[in-house]
Amino acid sequence: MIIKTHRDGFIHPVASDVTPARVYEGRRDMIKLMATGVAGAAMASWAARDARAQVARPGKLAALSGAKSAIAGAATMEKITDYKDASSYNNFYEFGTDKSDPAKNAHTLKTTPWTVEIEGLVKKPAKYALEDLLKLSAQEERIYRLRCVEGWSMVIPWVGYSLSELIKKVEPLGNAKFVEFVTLADPKTMPFVGSRVLDWPYVEGLRLDEAMNPLTLLSFGMYGEVLPNQSGAPVRLVVPWKYGFKSGKSLVKIRFTDKMPATAWNKAAANEYGFYSNVNPDVDHPRWSQASERRIGDDGLLAKKRKTLIFNGYEAQVGQLYAGMDLKKFY
Amino acid sequence: MPAPAPAIALPAARVRMKSLLLHPAAKPVVFILSLLPFCWLLYAAITNNLGANPAEALIRSSGDWTLRFLCVVLAVTPLRVITDAPALARFRRMLGLFVYFYVVIHLMSYSWFDMGFDLPDITKDIIKRPFILVGFSAFVLLTPLALTSFNRAIKALGAKRWQTLHKLVYGVAGLATLHFFWMRAGKNNFAEVFVYAGILGTLLGWRLVRYVSKKRP
Repeated sequence: MIIKTHRDGFIHPVASDVTPARVYEGRRDMIKLMATGVAGAAMASWAARDARAQVARPGKLAALSGAKSAIAGAATMEKITDYKDASSYNNFYEFGTDKSDPAKNAHTLKTTPWTVEIEGLVKKPAKYALEDLLKLSAQEERIYRLRCVEGWSMVIPWVGYSLSELIKKVEPLGNAKFVEFVTLADPKTMPFVGSRVLDWPYVEGLRLDEAMNPLTLLSFGMYGEVLPNQSGAPVRLVVPWKYGFKSGKSLVKIRFTDKMPATAWNKAAANEYGFYSNVNPDVDHPRWSQASERRIGDDGLLAKKRKTLIFNGYEAQVGQLYAGMDLKKFY
Repeated sequence: MPAPAPAIALPAARVRMKSLLLHPAAKPVVFILSLLPFCWLLYAAITNNLGANPAEALIRSSGDWTLRFLCVVLAVTPLRVITDAPALARFRRMLGLFVYFYVVIHLMSYSWFDMGFDLPDITKDIIKRPFILVGFSAFVLLTPLALTSFNRAIKALGAKRWQTLHKLVYGVAGLATLHFFWMRAGKNNFAEVFVYAGILGTLLGWRLVRYVSKKRP
């Protein structure tokens, strides 16, 4: 009998892991507070919790809840990263290259009005206002692992729906093979657009079958609220089996093409960042190993890093997309 | 018409400066100041104030402080000569040892928090990744300098040989800059690299100019 343990990368799900320890431990404090009659102000945080949402709302932004998703792999049972870490440790180069920069600088981003243009090889090109895009399909909660190419990871409860819902509506033509995601590049509100770090706008891309995979999420929120600016408000992509940079933020254009899109990081350093960029512990980044990762907020300073899983643990859902491909060549 | 700054004020300031540099408390003060970044990092690590990725924060800030102390120690001689303040030389050894102190913390943070003290893994990492190899080489070159920093070592080596040996620090400055450059290269993020390269380049360039002009009578 094979006994899989945490050491060889098997993550044993425990239901209680879903609720952060701080939240359920906090109930006792809440009861005490009520007993002493000072609960008035503290009740606000209870009111902020949505009955449908599986995670406690941070209470910072407008609520956006999602129903439980029926898709396989849609909700990992791992401990969710603290909202504070998820919203203060970001890569969003339009707002600065330091990971604390986006949270400091992204307040200038103007997310209303917002439109997303669908163009290229589709039968029904369209310009969606954000309000219509929000209503295009039912919002779901997806608790995904997020693995950054830099070697750290988080667990984020996103809110959104499968990108395939939108793709089906616009009806790609037979010769559409790739989807290109163009993100906002507004030098007026994004102080680092114009820096020579990358070729702006930030462009990402997927193969059409990757984009159609139900795990590929068009996300509008996280932690039961709309996305904070630094996380890619008002609408972004989340592709959980690929390194984080594949998931473009603040999308303005989705283009269907027959050629592999030239993506931002690939243009900047093709030997370091491939088009596929699937999470893969066996294909090292030229400057560091990808075999392990540090889970933000969870692993203490002295804890060993955890092993990185092939396709970030989503092999069962996406492995077939790459059948027969040499993943060392198509990194 | 305002009077020009009185010429006699300068020697007065210089005398004051000199007595300050020679004050018995001067060395302890510099020592404590140099230790402050370490105390702050230790405090932040214990109180969980290093942000979302404490390991990365420790590794990066200890590296930053190594570079900063390298700039400071290499600035001692130019400052001493330009301001004609021989008393500054008293601080050079201590500041040099602080470079080593911070590079040891930097290497230990990487080995411990990033690699879990897995020696085979660390060895593989050093060989495989050029930027780690360059950083590690800088550490290796600094080690004999730290080991020969006490008076008896200077005597044993002879002042001349000791000085030649300690010129290795110029190579360390180059390697450290390259290490930092490579680390940032993946993200085309060079602003800070250029600042350090500019400072270190100026400090080394000053020495080169002095060396060349001394050779020509």
